[in-house]
Amino acid sequence: MTKSKTEKRTLYDKIWDAHVVREAKDEPSILYIDLHMIHEVTSPQAFTGLETRGLSVRRPDRTVATMDHSVPSIDRGVFPWLDALAQKQVEMLAANCKKYGITLHDLKSAHQGIVHVIGPELGLTQPGKTIVCGDSHTSTQGAFGALAFGIGTSEVEHVLATQCLLQHKTKSMAITINGTLKPGVFSKDIILRIINEIGIGGGTGYTLEYRGSAIEKLSMEARMTICNMSIEAGARAGMIAPDETTIEYLLKRVKFKSDAERKQAVEEWRGWKSDEGAAFDKKVVIDADSIEPMVTWGTNPGMSVGITGVIPNGGNEEIVGALEYMGLKAGQKMQGQPVDYVFIGSCTNSRIEDLRIASKIMNGKMIAKGITAFVVPGSQEVKHKAEEEGLHEVFLSAGCEWREPGCSMCIAMNGDMVPAGKYCASTSNRNFIGRQGKGARTFLMSPAMAALAALEGRIEDIREYI
Amino acid sequence: MAKEKFQNFTSRLVPLRMDNVDTDQIIPARYLKATDKKGFGEHLFQDLRFNEDGTPKPDFPLNKPHYKGAQILLARENFGCGSSREHAPWALLGYGFKAIIAASFADIFRNNASKNGLLLIELPYQDVDQMHGDVLENPEREAFVNLAEDTLIWKGQPYTFPNNPFTKKMLLEGLDDIGYTLSFAKDIDAFEKNKK
Repeated sequence: MTKSKTEKRTLYDKIWDAHVVREAKDEPSILYIDLHMIHEVTSPQAFTGLETRGLSVRRPDRTVATMDHSVPSIDRGVFPWLDALAQKQVEMLAANCKKYGITLHDLKSAHQGIVHVIGPELGLTQPGKTIVCGDSHTSTQGAFGALAFGIGTSEVEHVLATQCLLQHKTKSMAITINGTLKPGVFSKDIILRIINEIGIGGGTGYTLEYRGSAIEKLSMEARMTICNMSIEAGARAGMIAPDETTIEYLLKRVKFKSDAERKQAVEEWRGWKSDEGAAFDKKVVIDADSIEPMVTWGTNPGMSVGITGVIPNGGNEEIVGALEYMGLKAGQKMQGQPVDYVFIGSCTNSRIEDLRIASKIMNGKMIAKGITAFVVPGSQEVKHKAEEEGLHEVFLSAGCEWREPGCSMCIAMNGDMVPAGKYCASTSNRNFIGRQGKGARTFLMSPAMAALAALEGRIEDIREYI
Repeated sequence: MAKEKFQNFTSRLVPLRMDNVDTDQIIPARYLKATDKKGFGEHLFQDLRFNEDGTPKPDFPLNKPHYKGAQILLARENFGCGSSREHAPWALLGYGFKAIIAASFADIFRNNASKNGLLLIELPYQDVDQMHGDVLENPEREAFVNLAEDTLIWKGQPYTFPNNPFTKKMLLEGLDDIGYTLSFAKDIDAFEKNKK
């Protein structure tokens, strides 16, 4: 329910209150959606449903589409589709966008990319907005102080038809990271540590707000990595209140008609923050100094350990099963663990800052013998910028593959996959069984750690190399 | 659009004694390329259920003859975590499940299930664990699901489960969210008018 004006409100309360169209006892609230992003995999059935009902898209101007999940990451001049189904999905998206007048950033567009990477780049992701997409990592965009979350295909259809969603309000959790990260520790390590602490179901029923001095020091790219993986703790959404870093990013991206309009927007953006003393249902505090470079050893993102740690002893059948799948043993050290593949990419870590960090580590060096390394920028804009800075040359001379933007080896829908039984050091978000390909074994880590793993052919401690 | 109304039913339970069953296990991403809602049931739990050569794994519960035709899946903690793919409930329903019992469900999965008429029965962990034991002891035992009374009858005992009144009404009456929201189109118009 909306809160009264006199109550102290969280950022989540404020965005919620500003978007309630209707609320009634024992019924979900009707929440207005400012921005709806769609892609090829979770939208076709929604458009079909719309047609069956004889409905149209209520606000094509609030809907933006791109192609990312099943698109090939190699030469787009040739279009080597994995199969006819993947091609059909993409063609259906194009046809639906044309029919309903929805802006589509297709494979020829300079703005094509992973949906959660392009939203912020296009200046569409702004503080105080409600943003949804048929993809669980929509929470990425909460880094701008927006309420952004993933929805299913029925809900995609619902938003297309009504520009609203039926929602029950979640509880709120404040996650405070105080202090300063040690060199070699990045935002990916913060979020892996959080998930390790609260558990992969620890955020279920909550919207998370990340705060504290360590968060405030992060760039927008780094903040997006944290919010991106909110869903890996089970949370509906994750958000960070906008500050000067946010505003600086937005002013480069958002288009304004006048100076007055710009000033007004900045003023409004600054207001999107939790009131001092606003109550949260749960609070978690972590000291940034205590965070090590993290690496997962198991089959969900909570099964992780600091690089100097060892795999915990299997106390339950889930751990036993995970270790069997991973071919690892309890008590084993992760440092020194060999890898076969390296994937630098995904909506978690494919932005320009991630590529800069990885290229700095690979600069002038070669990846280890027998390693296959993919570097997949998150968008055409990231790719273009990286090429302008010569980062692609670093990766190519090191022996990596430099690919076209998309989800690629994170979800392995386009043919980019890790073979069964092989180990992959990956900057993506999920180490689920079979996620990167049937039988593939994933180690999640930061781009710096993944780049180092590519050079060494095994997992090493980045702090010893910088 | 009117959907099928949820009817009370009796069924055996298929035990899937695993925590954190993610949507990649329910339906692997390589099967998400269809552009309609049909056919996902064949690939439900694909990699848990089938060997490399496509033959069924005899130890996987869904492949055991005494659970054939069962309409209730007995899961455990945090069922359906991971992606937002609605292909997960489509696969479960396509296979023939009408309800899932678990100690907890992931957030997006819960939404997706209710929108497709798949009933989620959340019970305390101890009860779920006990039921797993009961099923192993006698796989032919049946449960009765009474949605209107928020009750599951198991071994003659009633287990009451939390039931969101709105979701329940929608399931019982076969109503559809979009129809509901469109009945408030005037409120949406007014909201948009007030918004700059």
